[in-house]
Amino acid sequence: MSEMVTLTIDGRSAQAPAGTTILEAARGLNIDIPALCSNQELTPYGACRLCMVEITHGKRTRLVASCIYEVQEGLVVRTETERVNNVRRLVIELLLSRNPKHPRLLAIAERLGVDKSRFEVEVKGCILCGQCVRVCREVVGVSAIGFESRGTDRRISTPFNVAPVDCIACGSCAQVCPVDVIPFKEENGVRTIWKTNFELARCEKCGRYFAPMRQLAHFSRVTGLPLEHFTQTCVHCR
Amino acid sequence: MEAKIAEIVSKYQSNPGFLVPILQDVQKAFNYLPREALQEVGTQLKVPISRIFEVATFYKAFSLTPRGRHQMHLCVGTACHVRGAAMIGDGIERVLEIKAGETTADLEFTFETVNCLGACALGPVLVVDEEYHGQMTLAKANKILNKLGKKVVSDEEED
Ligand code: FES
Ligand code: FES
Repeated sequence: MSEMVTLTIDGRSAQAPAGTTILEAARGLNIDIPALCSNQELTPYGACRLCMVEITHGKRTRLVASCIYEVQEGLVVRTETERVNNVRRLVIELLLSRNPKHPRLLAIAERLGVDKSRFEVEVKGCILCGQCVRVCREVVGVSAIGFESRGTDRRISTPFNVAPVDCIACGSCAQVCPVDVIPFKEENGVRTIWKTNFELARCEKCGRYFAPMRQLAHFSRVTGLPLEHFTQTCVHCR
Repeated sequence: MEAKIAEIVSKYQSNPGFLVPILQDVQKAFNYLPREALQEVGTQLKVPISRIFEVATFYKAFSLTPRGRHQMHLCVGTACHVRGAAMIGDGIERVLEIKAGETTADLEFTFETVNCLGACALGPVLVVDEEYHGQMTLAKANKILNKLGKKVVSDEEED
């Protein structure tokens, strides 16, 4: 087990193993820090900047993203100062200018006392948290999608903006998206994602469509078991 | 193409950490980054194509569409801008009948704007096929285009 570190969060003393992020440590104390790009299953990323907190170490006080900043012995963290809230308000306004409607963003805005973005709205939907890209790379292990370009043109896309060759249609990206902007549809034995149709396998016993053929082929590749092992019956009928 | 990519990749010991220099070499070899070339780089380096597409679209120096035989880069950084770069740019766009960032249909010219080349004292700066031309004017730009085989209508030569 790694070494324990003692720190102070909002005046309360906390203990956490070295390597823990401030965000995780705060959650351990039931302190709720708004966060949109962090996900326990994924490598910390620090993209949305909503989770900013003020830290004091020795004489210096500064703002850091709590989802990537690791706990340190003697660190003093404050999660709700004026400075912190100002930054969070700015961040949520910027996010709202890309996506003015999503309930999750509106709830955070409300909590911060923001009712409207000062910025010109240019609806993109996606807030570039990168969870879809990371889940596809790190959890699913296929890396079918990624970022494209940079700056104001940055967006999530499939390579060359065509049907994604490595996609197994698992739908993890759509599921992990905090603002639900990845279209995902299932109809008549076909799943549609990334503007591409994927055939679903049908269970020989119950007749239900249960998983995309591509995903089952991926399982077969990874496990080395024959394809038929996966494609014939759904999990319920095994 | 496969062999060419193999040659480039092996020059960097097939190390994915060298993706950027590898793509630079590929671009040098093909004058842009053809899709098949990127796919081949991905296969040989064992890097997912999504990752390669990210890098290839991140840097302005990379192009996924064919580039012209002659490359023109006009600086529109602050110093060059105040000395009239915008007007020169408009002129070049008119003559080549393309917008900045595009390539002429005959694949002769690619025209792009850049932000500060670090040669502000020479501004406005126009880089043509890697050669720097300072104190640029529309007339000078037209002369260069003429020399490279682009007929420029005479009324533009005068200003
Ligand atoms: S949750 Fe920390 S930056 Fe997004
Ligand atoms: S602004 Fe053109 S070289 Fe600096």
